[in-house]
Amino acid sequence: MKEIFTPDMRLSEIIDRNCNLVQVISRVGIGLRHAGLRASEACNLAGIDSDTFILICNVYSFQDFVPSGEDLAAVSIPDIVRYLHGSHAFYTGIALRNLEAGLNHLVDPCEESMKEVVMKFFIGYKDELEKHFAREENEVFPYVSAILDGRRPEGYSIDQFEEHHERVDEKLEDMKNIVMKYLPGECHEEMRTWVVMELYRLRDDLRRHTYVEDNILVPVVRNLEKDGE
Amino acid sequence: MENRKTVALIIPSEIVSEGLVSILEGSRLFHVEEILRDFPKPSDTRLSNLDPDVVIIDPVVLDFRCRKEGRSKLADICESVVIALDGPAVTEDMIKPYDGSISIYDKQGDVIRKLQGALDSHQSDPAAEGGELSAREKEILVCVAKGMLNKEIADQLNLSIYTVITHRKNITRKIGIKTVAGLTVYALLNNLIDMSSVQ
Repeated sequence: MKEIFTPDMRLSEIIDRNCNLVQVISRVGIGLRHAGLRASEACNLAGIDSDTFILICNVYSFQDFVPSGEDLAAVSIPDIVRYLHGSHAFYTGIALRNLEAGLNHLVDPCEESMKEVVMKFFIGYKDELEKHFAREENEVFPYVSAILDGRRPEGYSIDQFEEHHERVDEKLEDMKNIVMKYLPGECHEEMRTWVVMELYRLRDDLRRHTYVEDNILVPVVRNLEKDGE
Repeated sequence: MENRKTVALIIPSEIVSEGLVSILEGSRLFHVEEILRDFPKPSDTRLSNLDPDVVIIDPVVLDFRCRKEGRSKLADICESVVIALDGPAVTEDMIKPYDGSISIYDKQGDVIRKLQGALDSHQSDPAAEGGELSAREKEILVCVAKGMLNKEIADQLNLSIYTVITHRKNITRKIGIKTVAGLTVYALLNNLIDMSSVQ
């Protein structure tokens, strides 16, 4: 494994190593104007725990990075939720909207029926994903914050979340293959390249996002549940 | 552990199966996940759930007349490479249909080499990713796109449910699409069905 990130590195250094982290940094509320600062200083200004921020950056950048028991013991759950919430806002507010516009443009030269088939598949996926996020926003996050307050709401546990946490990247993978390999030749070729790149990006981002939920949020909250019993 | 190939044995003799387990585990290349003493009954889902990389079968578990057919029977259950165990009650023509064979008199190294050889030639199967769908696969794809369940497809086409599952796996591998909604889009874009039959 490559050398992982630490809080004493400058943000600009971290971004130079993985430019996709620009997104993550903005999602947790750190402004790029602070990119010249050390991660720990920038985190202080933004009011986010720097170990948690660095943990997210490491998970996001290194496929073989596995959070240690120590990492999990030190993690700030409100900051993890802040990141997850920021990601949801990015997916629904920016990524999916841009993709939809790009796809519309891409299939514009095709026959009406073709357009309809492709857009219907995408809209169906978008609705599913938005429902998935809404459930986390409306059920899971409030539950987590209740647990953090030392309350234990009846009739729910983090195990239920884990059990119903369906895979959200499968249809996106299908979409990528459809756009890349099976769209008719008359579609907009330059747009096709752009859409394929965006689909790859969103897929990878969603996978890291899911990893944070399943391998950081779930085990830490499960421990908190046990402590409360 | 993850890189080891998974193996299931269908071998009635405990002496033979234990010997094989010791050779396979000792190589650190294979891991024996399941040992069956008899050919699985249709209701037995252990093999289809496990879908191991390799199945080693002693043809004597099958009735004398259908020992050759073990290979095709297993094809309905799983996609594994199937190796026949050659022993005193087994003849050459029984072994032919299988993907390879090992003898109970083989040395340890030979057993491993033969298994690896069979796995290698299985992987270069022309039906791998990117291949054209067969007529049967197209037929099944159309059923899936129409929203039919595996059981319904099996009944309509007179196939076993395992065969339907195997075809579906192959379709997904060939075209790179997993979800029903995605398969429907593929079928529509390729004019295998028209809009009216999916609404």
